Amino acid sequence: MSIATRADSAIPAESASPLTKRRPFGDRSFQVLALASGLLVLIILVLIAVSMTQQSTTWFTTAGWSGVFSTDWDPAHNAFGALPFIYGTLITAAIAIIIAFPVSIGISLLLTEVVPRRFSRPIVYVIDLLAVVPSVVWGLWGILVLAPWLQGIYQSIASGLTGVPVLSTFFGGTGISGASFFTAGLILAVMITPIVTSLSREVIATVPAIDREGAYALGATRWEMIRGAVWPHSQAGVVGAVLLGLGRAMGETIAAALVIGSSPTITTHLFSTGYSMPSVIANQFGEATVGEFRAALIGMGVLLFVITIIINLSARAIVDRSVRRTQGA
Amino acid sequence: MAIASEQQTVDLREPSGWRRTKNQIATVGMWIAFVVMLVPLGFVLVTVIGKGASAITWQFLTNSNIPINVLPVNYGGVGPAVIGTLEITGFAALMAIPLGVLGGVYINEYGGNHVLARIINFFADVMTGVPSIIMGLFIYTIWVLHFGYSGLAGAFALGCLMLPIVIRSTYEMLRLVPDSLREASYALGATKARVTVTVVLPAALGGIVSGALLAVARAAGETAPLIFTILTTQSLNSNLFSGANTALSTLIFQNATQPYTGAQARAWGSALTLIAIAFILMIVARLVTARFARYDH
Repeated sequence: MSIATRADSAIPAESASPLTKRRPFGDRSFQVLALASGLLVLIILVLIAVSMTQQSTTWFTTAGWSGVFSTDWDPAHNAFGALPFIYGTLITAAIAIIIAFPVSIGISLLLTEVVPRRFSRPIVYVIDLLAVVPSVVWGLWGILVLAPWLQGIYQSIASGLTGVPVLSTFFGGTGISGASFFTAGLILAVMITPIVTSLSREVIATVPAIDREGAYALGATRWEMIRGAVWPHSQAGVVGAVLLGLGRAMGETIAAALVIGSSPTITTHLFSTGYSMPSVIANQFGEATVGEFRAALIGMGVLLFVITIIINLSARAIVDRSVRRTQGA
Repeated sequence: MAIASEQQTVDLREPSGWRRTKNQIATVGMWIAFVVMLVPLGFVLVTVIGKGASAITWQFLTNSNIPINVLPVNYGGVGPAVIGTLEITGFAALMAIPLGVLGGVYINEYGGNHVLARIINFFADVMTGVPSIIMGLFIYTIWVLHFGYSGLAGAFALGCLMLPIVIRSTYEMLRLVPDSLREASYALGATKARVTVTVVLPAALGGIVSGALLAVARAAGETAPLIFTILTTQSLNSNLFSGANTALSTLIFQNATQPYTGAQARAWGSALTLIAIAFILMIVARLVTARFARYDH
């Protein structure tokens, strides 16, 4: 940064502090107002952590560690084990990211390396369009159109794979349903593609032109240029983008709540019904009138909040560091 | 482009080697990725328009009685949900946009390299990744438990969702305003607040408005923050500040799992309405950017 930005040009050189008396009241109050609005972000984040933890303490204290991380979810008998939901959240997010990763990288490379600038604009608009379709519309389409259609496909895949050692543990099984882990993963993949694409595009765009030209000058094809010049530069940033996408997939509620099948089971069969943390909160909150039931659902919100905050912090740190490094600042 | 034309005239590489094939495979792969993204988008749009268009009439959008689920779609309408969505999203925008713009102003104009400004900037970014359901639960624990369900609580939840997005986009736009503009106004003796309000913000107005509209477009379609805060009702409640309310998104969520064709048709009609609202906001945002943005990336 240059000297000009460090020395605030609004303050005369001899004044000691930015809030000196000689500045008019309106000027100072505007600054205070702006500061207060900025601080609101920190206040809200702290309040989220405090108020939600407060409302869920009864769950954590009565159930204990073993109760919270048990597989037994039976609200009628006061058993509130969150493990099936944690499992479902991780599995669906993993499916989503495995599908969304190659697609997003492909589109961002297409936009930065292949398509000329004036044609990339319309593609970006289409991605924005995808981002603005509401979650509940994906869910509605998923449960009424996609799931019934996938049911048959799942069935034929499963019957085709009976007896195949590894694949049948994932894609076989008996309780095959159109609303399942895999359907939820597919919908989530579609929903996180825009964010992963735009973040990786941002990272890939910071690759210096001189590196690209150098690779081309050595006779590299475009693909070799991408592998040799673009990828090493943007690797860390793309990992960060994928992590951010993972965080989004884990927190996505309504679409997952409609298509995941709503049954708290832990199974390797991806075509069978499951549940995830945000979807159980959304689906069962209305029935949760008893103290501990409600506390358990809010407690799962706390878990979700902590997990997504950790993922977002690390992802942001990775992206920032890689952008700073590639820009050489 | 220069490279491409040179390839055609002087090509020193083997005519159909594995390297070139691999390059072509990669390019085709990238286009396939784009098509893979287009397929679900096209599919969902065609379905929603196909099934929703037949449900939408003037009566559907304005009738103030959401009928019981068994009744077909030509009875009543979803007026309360339309009004609820507009009121709640509008009020959320009214709260979040000014605060967000001020927050962005603090980070870029007053923060400088100050640690606090960097912390706020970083956490605003982290907050954009907080799941929307958390905002709903948060407002439930802090507001609904004490004051009951209301449209206002829903607006708070949506506002929490919009705030970090508006802060970040405002900050990004203010960063593009050249320092020479600020320095010129300081040289005329203007105070910092005056410079910010009359010179810096107007210069970045196009970008700020379009960023805010995109945040509103995203919030308008949100369901998860609303189900814990407004408690979906079937009747009209135009009072934002008290009593349970309703919105298009929560109505779709409720009706999606109903076996009745009438309820499902109302869900499709509401989905089309909701998508139309979001798309219109997005298109207006794009037009604003194209028309008013002076400093673009």
